[in-house]
Amino acid sequence: MDIPGVAQLFDEIDKKLVVYLRDGRTLIGILRTIDQFANLVLHRTIERIHVGNKYGDIERGVIIIRGENVVLLGEWDEERARVSGLHQISVEDILDAQREEQQQQQHQQLLRAKFMKERGLTLTPEIGPDDMY
Amino acid sequence: MLFYSFFKSLIGKDVVVELKNDLSICGTLHSVDQYLNIKLTDINVTDAEKYPHMLSVKNCFVRGSVVRYVQLPADEVDTQLLQDAARREAHSQRQ
Repeated sequence: MDIPGVAQLFDEIDKKLVVYLRDGRTLIGILRTIDQFANLVLHRTIERIHVGNKYGDIERGVIIIRGENVVLLGEWDEERARVSGLHQISVEDILDAQREEQQQQQHQQLLRAKFMKERGLTLTPEIGPDDMY
Repeated sequence: MLFYSFFKSLIGKDVVVELKNDLSICGTLHSVDQYLNIKLTDINVTDAEKYPHMLSVKNCFVRGSVVRYVQLPADEVDTQLLQDAARREAHSQRQ
């Protein structure tokens, strides 16, 4: 079905894509299958964790993603990837860095909640576990 | 169907799509579908590059459900036409 101007995921099949999910995860893989809900099947997928300007990759193999969890998908551009200025570190290191970052964020939240409490207000977190993007 | 047709008329123009997570993506509108999913080409993340996963992406497909705003060039939009079309649509829906 080649209707110009209609956003089709057909065109992205067999291309290496960066998929950004609502829980904040980044998956990079080759798109193999789609359906009308934008459910995706990715092949040779890696989960890329970004902390600062460093990243680490975890092999994930074949993944089926339920469409509602997708924020956006982008075409992997080799040129742009090379000049992006990010550098890769090992999985253990990136997981450590991620844990540190999360602890810092939790600490900030705690401070903010305490600050508000002292002024008689309650802090309601704006994001839930689903919308970490 | 109204906004689907409206967006189709804006294909080729530069727009800024702001997502519900405050990420703003500037790009050329390539295509749109009935769910208002948007395909952008030659994208540029306008706010802080605190979204490193976007650095290696040139074209992207944005799911309609995560869009908060689509910022359009003011001179490309005929608001009178839009108002008339919306009025007609509302009228036909009521019947």
